[in-house]
Amino acid sequence: MKPWIERQRHLIDFTAQSLARRKGKSLGLLVVYTLLVFVLASVALYTHALRNEATRVLAGTPEIVLQRLIAGRHDLVPPGYIEKIGRIRGVQKIEGRLWGYYYDSVLKANYTFMVATDREIAPGEIVVGPALERTRELSAGNGVSFRAYTGELHTFIVAEVLAHESELVSADLVLMNAADFRRFFAYPAGHHTDIALWVANPLEVRNVGVKLLDALPDSRPILREEVLRTYASIFDWREGMMLALLSAAILAFGIFAWEKAAGLSAEEKREIGILKAIGWETGDVIAMKFWEGFLVSLLAFLVGYVAAYVHVFHFEFALFAPVLKGWAVLYPSFALTPQIDGLQVATLFVFTVLPYTAATLVPIWRAATTDPDTVMRS
Amino acid sequence: MLELANIRKVFNQGQHNEYWALKGIDLDIPPARVSVLKGPSGSGKTTLLTILGCLARPTEGRVRLNGEDISGLPERFLTEIRRRTFGFIFQQFNLIRGLSAIENIILPGYPGGTPRAQLLARAETLLADLQLAHRRDAKVEWLSGGEQQRVAICRALLNDPQILVADEPTANLDSKLSTEFLAILRRLAEAGRTVILTSHDPLVVESEVVDRVYSLRDGQLVEVVDTRRAWP
Amino acid sequence: MIFQPAIIALLLAAGLSLAMLAVASPFALQLIRHWDLGSGSERQLRLERLTYLFSMMVALVCGLQVLSTLLFVFNADKMSVMFVGAMCAVGALNANVYGFPALYAQLVAFFFAATWLAINRLDNQARDYPLTRLKYRLLLAYAPLAAAVLYLQFNYFIRLEADVITSCCGSLFSEEADTVASEVSALAPARAMSVFYAMLGGAILLAVWHWKGAGRGLWSGLAVGTASVAAFFAALAGVVAFVSLYIYEHPNHHCPFCILKPEYGYQGYLLYLPLFAAAAAGLAAGVLSLFGGRPNLATLAPQASARLAGIAAAGFALFVLGASVMVLRSNLILIE
Repeated sequence: MKPWIERQRHLIDFTAQSLARRKGKSLGLLVVYTLLVFVLASVALYTHALRNEATRVLAGTPEIVLQRLIAGRHDLVPPGYIEKIGRIRGVQKIEGRLWGYYYDSVLKANYTFMVATDREIAPGEIVVGPALERTRELSAGNGVSFRAYTGELHTFIVAEVLAHESELVSADLVLMNAADFRRFFAYPAGHHTDIALWVANPLEVRNVGVKLLDALPDSRPILREEVLRTYASIFDWREGMMLALLSAAILAFGIFAWEKAAGLSAEEKREIGILKAIGWETGDVIAMKFWEGFLVSLLAFLVGYVAAYVHVFHFEFALFAPVLKGWAVLYPSFALTPQIDGLQVATLFVFTVLPYTAATLVPIWRAATTDPDTVMRS
Repeated sequence: MLELANIRKVFNQGQHNEYWALKGIDLDIPPARVSVLKGPSGSGKTTLLTILGCLARPTEGRVRLNGEDISGLPERFLTEIRRRTFGFIFQQFNLIRGLSAIENIILPGYPGGTPRAQLLARAETLLADLQLAHRRDAKVEWLSGGEQQRVAICRALLNDPQILVADEPTANLDSKLSTEFLAILRRLAEAGRTVILTSHDPLVVESEVVDRVYSLRDGQLVEVVDTRRAWP
Repeated sequence: MIFQPAIIALLLAAGLSLAMLAVASPFALQLIRHWDLGSGSERQLRLERLTYLFSMMVALVCGLQVLSTLLFVFNADKMSVMFVGAMCAVGALNANVYGFPALYAQLVAFFFAATWLAINRLDNQARDYPLTRLKYRLLLAYAPLAAAVLYLQFNYFIRLEADVITSCCGSLFSEEADTVASEVSALAPARAMSVFYAMLGGAILLAVWHWKGAGRGLWSGLAVGTASVAAFFAALAGVVAFVSLYIYEHPNHHCPFCILKPEYGYQGYLLYLPLFAAAAAGLAAGVLSLFGGRPNLATLAPQASARLAGIAAAGFALFVLGASVMVLRSNLILIE
């Protein structure tokens, strides 16, 4: 066992030195390799963080949201629906919700107007999300006017600005009192946008859903787990698409690595010939080259991953954000919660280290099986 | 100690440029002697040397080292035997540029897994022996031709081989250095090592250090001459 | 089809394994036909050089199988949110009939590669490479196995449909969405426990006996091989039937995969790494003991077999120890 370890130490020594001696060539490969890891890791870390963010945000939402459908379109919930649902076993709380969108022609952006159910807001006051704070330069105590769809101008006093965490959801939010909301949108009295139901036992959720459908056949219950699932597949899909686009880059990298490994310089060929002649075996050269690949991969992987981490969590994914986000005009500038995930690292490994290893396999073998007598034949 | 029986070696077998470099060689290298293979270029002497030194396998024929048939051994085992039994000195010295003298010398010790400290100690003894201790950490490309060759000799001796193989060792040396080199060879042979050289340098072939000369032509052994009368 | 990176990675890994073996196959055939170590012909020298490439390839394939197995299980776990009723990896693997067969094929591929590498190592120690032809016949047999892995995985993934909200119809459960089984069936804990300790104890004793006997007995070697395979299944059955329950401290959660997750402190690795190493080593010990009769392997094969048996004994012992500690430390009481 001991000689085996000593041998590996010698080989690592030698290969580290030979990498250092060929800085130019090693550096070129290292830069490209690192760049690939960086791009892929950025995408992976970012989508993973988005997915987590969505999960975290959804964790606070009701288990079921009931919408009413007319001709397959979402419609207002008329009065009496909550009563019609009545008591269903397992439902902790039922609440009619009021919310809607408002297009701000000044900023050319959409806001979400909503009636807060978990807090009391005095008439004439609103609570705004951080994006409004930024774009309309609002702060607590300021007044702001919105022109309603009816044409009249309504003025509100900003009572508070929402916290920045989970800005992804709350960025464009405007919270207000129910009476103000109905007046502003001329919302029919007694109607609601939808109904939220809280169910304590996750195993009951589906049964509650079925009962709701029985009670109100014109409604559509949307379960939180379904939303979660849909988000998950959307994010996965986006990440997958990004990856498909990047597959050309991975392929190019593989070819590049092959080229680098196959295009041994005359000097390197000579070195391997010498080593073989003075008593190194094919297996020794392969092991030496394996360590070379290991060191290069380790370095590229670490540097690329750390750079991606910094890029995503400190620079807010500045380089590629438009590709993966880009569905709202108001870009929420949210701080993602840093998170590393084993599956992701393993996946990344398959997309970077595996192509490298596979591409260098044959060139390494070619180099390692140089005949030991070649040095005497030149 | 090293016997060849009916050694034949072909290149590009089965192709239109098939070429038999060796056409049936029988010879016996005596232990603790200096033997020289001589012949014009293309005579097959380098090919013969690669087979003697276990760098290559013959296409046909038997190689016996200390009575053991090693001609059919795969590379994995042949290399092990070669590492333990043979030391090599090449025409171009074949040192690895960018490494220091001592790092070059310990290279043959890597596959065996000897601890580094032990290898370094051994290398230092060898360097001191050849009056090169002061150049220990110099990069080999900064060494003179004579120094390079002495580094190459140290490297060849690192694993304490029984047999020393040198291919045209004086081709890149002037007469003074060549004479010095021959003196070193003599010392080694007197210490009990077997030395095998290829050369067409008359300085070597006619040197009194040499015990036996094998003449080759067109892949065949044409003459074997014992040059030193005083065989024990 | 669910289109996501981990799935592409898995298919890539399986495809690459198959591609390498497929490319290698014609050369393996050549090798079987023309191998003649006594000859110094150029063809023979070329074939000998090729063997190094094949060893590298199979080593890479073997490593890939380990990585893919992990990736496969993790990915199944992550995907479980997408299927109605799936709580963890088991549910996701049950999402269609190809899930578990794909996992099993993956495991078989791993054990095959590990055994091949053990044979390869033994063969490389004997001066006349006595097992070369056998090795390359096995390599030819490996290609279809790799193809099966790819086929099963591909079918598993292509048939996955996430239960997502669609805008046209109501919610999903208005149609009859079938719920996938989210638990594996398990033996009763008490019985599983006795089988578990009996089998693993037996395997450890046999392996120690074979190791002490310097691997010389053919029968003891074969017994170690058989016992290792049996112990492997008993161990998995035990993990499902009771070890996992103690780890989750939940009387009904039988999942053999969740123990790999951070929520449970990655304890699964402490179990599975020694278990897989031990099972592979034990299996190889059995296979290698078959070659003790060949003249040039008469000493080498028992040596290698004994060493592998030692590794197997140590691995199984570590596994049993780990599992027992986890059971004892648990607050769950299953058996009074």
